[in-house]
Amino acid sequence: MTMALATRTASPSALRTLWGSTVGKKAVMATTGVLMLLYLVAHMLGNLKVFFGPDDLNGYAAWLRTLGQPVLHHEWFLWTARSVLLAAVVLHGVCAYQLSRRDIAARPTGYAHKRHRASYATRTMRWGGVILGLFIVWHILDLTTLTVNPRAQQGHPYENLVASFSTWYGGGVYIVAMLALCLHVHHGFWSAAQTLGANSARRDRALKITATVLAAALTIGFLSVPVAVMTGLVR
Amino acid sequence: MRLTLRVWRQTGPGEPGAMTEYQVSGIVPEMSFLEMLDVLNEELILRGEDPVAFDHDCREGICGACGMVINGQAHGPERTTTCQLHMREFGDGDTIDVEPWRAAAFPVVKDLVVDRSAFDRIIGAGGYITAPTGSAPDAHAVPVPKEAAETAFENAECIGCGACVAACPNGSAMLFTSAKVVHLNTLPQGAPERESRVLGMVGAMDAEGFGGCTNAGECATACPKGIPLPSIAAMNREYLRAARRAPR
Ligand code: HEM
Ligand code: FES
Repeated sequence: MTMALATRTASPSALRTLWGSTVGKKAVMATTGVLMLLYLVAHMLGNLKVFFGPDDLNGYAAWLRTLGQPVLHHEWFLWTARSVLLAAVVLHGVCAYQLSRRDIAARPTGYAHKRHRASYATRTMRWGGVILGLFIVWHILDLTTLTVNPRAQQGHPYENLVASFSTWYGGGVYIVAMLALCLHVHHGFWSAAQTLGANSARRDRALKITATVLAAALTIGFLSVPVAVMTGLVR
Repeated sequence: MRLTLRVWRQTGPGEPGAMTEYQVSGIVPEMSFLEMLDVLNEELILRGEDPVAFDHDCREGICGACGMVINGQAHGPERTTTCQLHMREFGDGDTIDVEPWRAAAFPVVKDLVVDRSAFDRIIGAGGYITAPTGSAPDAHAVPVPKEAAETAFENAECIGCGACVAACPNGSAMLFTSAKVVHLNTLPQGAPERESRVLGMVGAMDAEGFGGCTNAGECATACPKGIPLPSIAAMNREYLRAARRAPR
């Protein structure tokens, strides 16, 4: 019995233990958050190809579709990545919703003496997350399905993003979302380390600095593209 | 000193309550916050009114019984227990708001007194070690590495006052529970129940209706004993390890 327990690895009941507890559910949130973060770093670096001209960016976008060939079929890599990201964002959002409901219920009566609790980035995680979720939908409609980007053409990402960022709302929505991302990552990266048990008194400072650098690098990297279009640097 | 107090008055569990205003005078800066409340209560008794109920015992900062939210801060403006908070922290003529710990898991019993037995039930779910009782063991019979002893001691300082829950925007008991888990799981004496302890205590904590941790850090700022925020990370680490090893 003891042997059996000791040698058993992750089983469905371990997953149920995790999903059923605040600590476990938060770990799901942290894992999916970190996964999205890794993706965002790659995405941001890829976007910078815009500064090397249309051929560079469009070639890179085409390569993303042939990546993994001939082992993988055309676009299989792309669709795998999309499925993982979709699962991650849904899980992240569901955990955020369920945990937030619990957190609010745990303080049914508030204090009469009001005072801000925690930093701005920490307090805005929920609404900032909602902004990011809405942005993800807009972003896909804008530059993937091209539904809300009337002058766009499938297969021409460079021209499409220039078309989107040339409108005030295209650039505006993007800029607001990236500022929300900055705050979310600023608290989220360090928070995830804490949630997954990777933090300690010794590492605390280094993790906080990394969170700030990561949030700033992502935001500046992502924002450079619409700003370049709006200032006419990229046309 | 003359002060205006706005104190939460509630006659019993589940009863409606309200912030009620009182004037107190004759307060000197050397008084503790509880002594100031004693002065108020003496006046209330003389006037034939019901005195303000509040918890207290040692009045020297070690039992964890006293606890109230003063001007929105658990234990008030100084990082100490309410009994060790002195009136010199306030100015003549100040208005001070005094409220009970607010959490679904800490129902108000009366006025500023809350029922903190939820903490006892968390302890009952694993906050102990299984050791043969009888004569005291020899000192150094079980060697403890210095670093482990220091970590254990730092966390053992928790007096279970509940300020972490009161300060947390989510009414979470993660700092309390982590202090207990880290204290015992760090020591060789706590090793036999390492997994069942953290699984059991986190389970009890959730069952009591405390909120989850959003790493806001308010708990560690309010803690009169300086339990550090990384203790929560250490408990998370223990929990994730235990969930992998000993699925229930
Ligand atoms: C680009 C997409 C996103 C990334 C990279 C991201 C990243 C993260 C990370 C790393 C954390 C820390 C996890 C932890 O401490 O356990 C986190 C927390 C959180 N995220 Fe996201 N997230 C994203 C989108 C969203 C969305 C769409 C929502 C809303 C549905 C959301 C809501 C939250 C909330 C409420 C928290 C918890 C905040 C707290 O503990 O105080 N996030 N996120
Ligand atoms: S009365 Fe014991 S800690 Fe304050």
